[in-house]
Amino acid sequence: MENIVVIGNGMVGYKFCEKLIDEAGVDKYKITVFGEEPLPAYNRVKLSAYLDDHSIEDLTLAKEEWYEENNIDLILSDRVSVIDSENKKVKSYSGVEVGYDKLVIATGSAPFVPPINGIEKKGVFVYRTIQDLDDITEYAKYCKKAAVIGGGLLGLEAAKGLMDLGVETHVVEFANRLMPQQLDTTASKLLNDKLDELGLTCHLGKNTQLIEENEEGTVSNMIFSDESELQVDMIVVSAGIKPRDELAKQFKIEVGKRGGIVVNDHMETSVKDIYAIGECALHNSRIYGLVAPGYDMAAVAVKEILGKGAQYHGDEMMSTNLKLVGVQVASFGDAFGRNHECKSIEYHDKHSGIYKRINVTNDGRQLVGGILVGDTKDYNMLVQTVNNKIELTGSPEELIFGSRTVGGGGSKMGVSALPPEATICSCENVTKHDIEKAIADNELIDIKGIQSCTKAGSGCGGCKPMIQDVLDETLKSSGKVVKKVLCEHFAYSRAELYELVRENEIKTYDELIDKFGSTKQNHGCEICKPAVASILAGIWNEAILGQNIIQDTNDKYLANIQKGGTYSVIPRVPGGELSADKLAAIARIADKYNLYIKITGAQRIGLYGVELHQLPIVWEELIEAGMESGQAYGKALRAVKSCVGQTWCRYGMQDSTTMAIDIENRYKGLRTPHKIKMAVSGCARECAEAIGKDVGIIATEKGWNLYVGGNGGTSPAHAKLLASDIDTETCFKYIDRVYMYYVKTAEPLQRIAPWMQKLDGGIEYLKEVVIEDCLGLNAVFDKDMQKIVDSYKDEWSDAINDTEKRKTFAHFLNSDQSDPSIQFKDLRGQKVPKDWD
Amino acid sequence: MCESKEAIKESEVKTWFKTAKVEDFPANGGAAILYKDTQIAVFHFAASNEWYATDNLCPHKQQMILAKGIIGESQGIPKVACPFHKNTYSLIDGKNINGEQDSISTYPIKVEDGHVYIGVE
Repeated sequence: MENIVVIGNGMVGYKFCEKLIDEAGVDKYKITVFGEEPLPAYNRVKLSAYLDDHSIEDLTLAKEEWYEENNIDLILSDRVSVIDSENKKVKSYSGVEVGYDKLVIATGSAPFVPPINGIEKKGVFVYRTIQDLDDITEYAKYCKKAAVIGGGLLGLEAAKGLMDLGVETHVVEFANRLMPQQLDTTASKLLNDKLDELGLTCHLGKNTQLIEENEEGTVSNMIFSDESELQVDMIVVSAGIKPRDELAKQFKIEVGKRGGIVVNDHMETSVKDIYAIGECALHNSRIYGLVAPGYDMAAVAVKEILGKGAQYHGDEMMSTNLKLVGVQVASFGDAFGRNHECKSIEYHDKHSGIYKRINVTNDGRQLVGGILVGDTKDYNMLVQTVNNKIELTGSPEELIFGSRTVGGGGSKMGVSALPPEATICSCENVTKHDIEKAIADNELIDIKGIQSCTKAGSGCGGCKPMIQDVLDETLKSSGKVVKKVLCEHFAYSRAELYELVRENEIKTYDELIDKFGSTKQNHGCEICKPAVASILAGIWNEAILGQNIIQDTNDKYLANIQKGGTYSVIPRVPGGELSADKLAAIARIADKYNLYIKITGAQRIGLYGVELHQLPIVWEELIEAGMESGQAYGKALRAVKSCVGQTWCRYGMQDSTTMAIDIENRYKGLRTPHKIKMAVSGCARECAEAIGKDVGIIATEKGWNLYVGGNGGTSPAHAKLLASDIDTETCFKYIDRVYMYYVKTAEPLQRIAPWMQKLDGGIEYLKEVVIEDCLGLNAVFDKDMQKIVDSYKDEWSDAINDTEKRKTFAHFLNSDQSDPSIQFKDLRGQKVPKDWD
Repeated sequence: MCESKEAIKESEVKTWFKTAKVEDFPANGGAAILYKDTQIAVFHFAASNEWYATDNLCPHKQQMILAKGIIGESQGIPKVACPFHKNTYSLIDGKNINGEQDSISTYPIKVEDGHVYIGVE
């Protein structure tokens, strides 16, 4: 067995291992990997997402088990210190010695830190590793104002991260425009204006000369060469990269004058059996700071080591398409038109903030590159047109007026016009043919399946819309229709049924199944009945007991059925605020009916052991004491947890309790596909744990940060930031829309986190829907929600005041007896049900 | 899966227990009936005017609950779903449809003069 040693466990180092295992299996080589970070390789491209949810798992490329399973020795938190090419072995700082037959250097790059006077001071950070982000997050808690040095791609990413942390953010760029590698002056100006609107100030043409500190020894001020100043509490440096070539240099492997390990087309360095790939490698005098070329280099190195031979030809098409601080920006091919005989066509809509520039050869037949700001939906097709050298058939300007078409010419040819060898996913180098084959071979029906079979879309994710197009087209041509239906009784998804109910003004289950059911008998089942009940309640908001027969037991009796057949009663305690007389009333009622008392998981007071016939009596007494249903039984809003906030707390920024009470009272009548939990914290210390709720709100100095999509449960998730520093009214508005969109489109029993995950684009798409109104539905959402809020009725009062409804609270139809099978035992002085048999 | 259990064959019924009026039963739902010490669940599919009677006890955790379950149909077989853990039972032969639970007993049932009768002995 030959030994292969890989130095570096970043994205490219990992990709090398993955490709080697794919091609050679686990038995041929013993692979040893050294990684200096404590974590196995993660997706650095998506690093900023980590600031949203701090989920390492989402970013991890493969867990440690993967390395074990594939017989890879993964040594983390250790660094190679010696390369002994004579005896073909390496040695690490901790003293590990490993012999190699082939050595692969994938040490990547380090942030380039410009030699500014004072750059070493406390409060200056770089932006490269998860550790960096943890440090930044912690430090930012005590900062109001931050600056990012570097207005390139990474610098703007870092700025977005800082803004999300609630810090006033400034970008300082040496050049006279933003993203100087990718954008021209017009594009930069437009991006700058948009960022300005979003609260991100850019200082262009600024050369930082000195960083000053305050008396506490932390950064306080930046002084520029034009003698202007900027006061800041922290600085993040993101001014480019420098290849990690120090090890190579030390052990006599040739490096370039300005850094980088020199490699040939086979990824070989100047020393036999040593290869270099990724950002540390200098190919044709060029360092590639993107992941796609690194992956290609990894593939070449694998083929070389396996003796199959391969060549790397460099990557001329450095294309990027990403959303920067909410602004879509793309640059592709020969963006400035410097390397071709070409002329550019420009479209500049200052009103909507859209700029498109394409560079077309003088004969008008070839697209060579371009720039897009504000609207990049044509990006994928434009890149394909450049990469596949597709001849333009119509007037070239149609390229930027049509959407997702290849070759222009006004005809909507879509992905079908692409040759099979067209690269769809450039991060993973997956072609159209690869995807079509994977779909056919594995009978795939969704992007997720394609991703797990081909890895397409798992890098930056920018190609997902095209993958979807390829998928749709392939399925269509094979005659397959994919549809998620509710159950055997309805050939519709929940979202489709919702629309049917709304449009046809259907008020009952029977009416719906008669009109739209797919079976002859129309008896339905335990899946479609409660799902339809939820849809009806979500639209018409009529008392659910009117249709108790299609409700799950909890909704049928407005109480949660418990072990042994008794029920729990949980009154609403908005925001957790409770007066002494209400508390006394709860105690008196519990004592009178001998009920078990516990503070529930949602921090409300639960009374347990109520028999069915007692429910209306207990409610009556609670209502008399000024309480109402807490809907703890419903797929509806449960509690809104809150801290005491500004009212009592010395750290409080806003009145979180009043906010929680107002929220609870607003949404308490809403019926949703699954339960929703909320919380409001009065400051960033987050005592109410809002980040773990379906919708969470955290007070800031200026207002509220609104988070969506957290939950506990079997798959815990942290909520993601939807909007920051918004006022109370805006907060309600956005929540209204998120809820209505969720109510309309989610699957039955799907909570907000998985629903949001299924939205193509996740939280970013949700922002477009509820903030930018990209679907044009917000007016409807607002109206529908207001209707629900206005028609709220307490369900308990409704039940006890209606004799017909009240009659159903009896165990037997033909006897007044209570259920004789109910049995209790004593536990710590309270009654509890007998154990299950 | 267990064998189907008939509490009593319709041909051998000596006592038809009169439970309640047809209109007292919820349409398209269930209700529990007490006969001596026995709890029986009665289900009514209004659209097709079908009636079924079974044990009220769900054998999974021995809970007196089935009458409160949602009724429905799967591939033509009428069924009830236990509210506790969503075990479903065929109302024709009492077999557990979606798992390995014991079967529930079924009872003969008929409607006469606007009243619902269960065959008990």
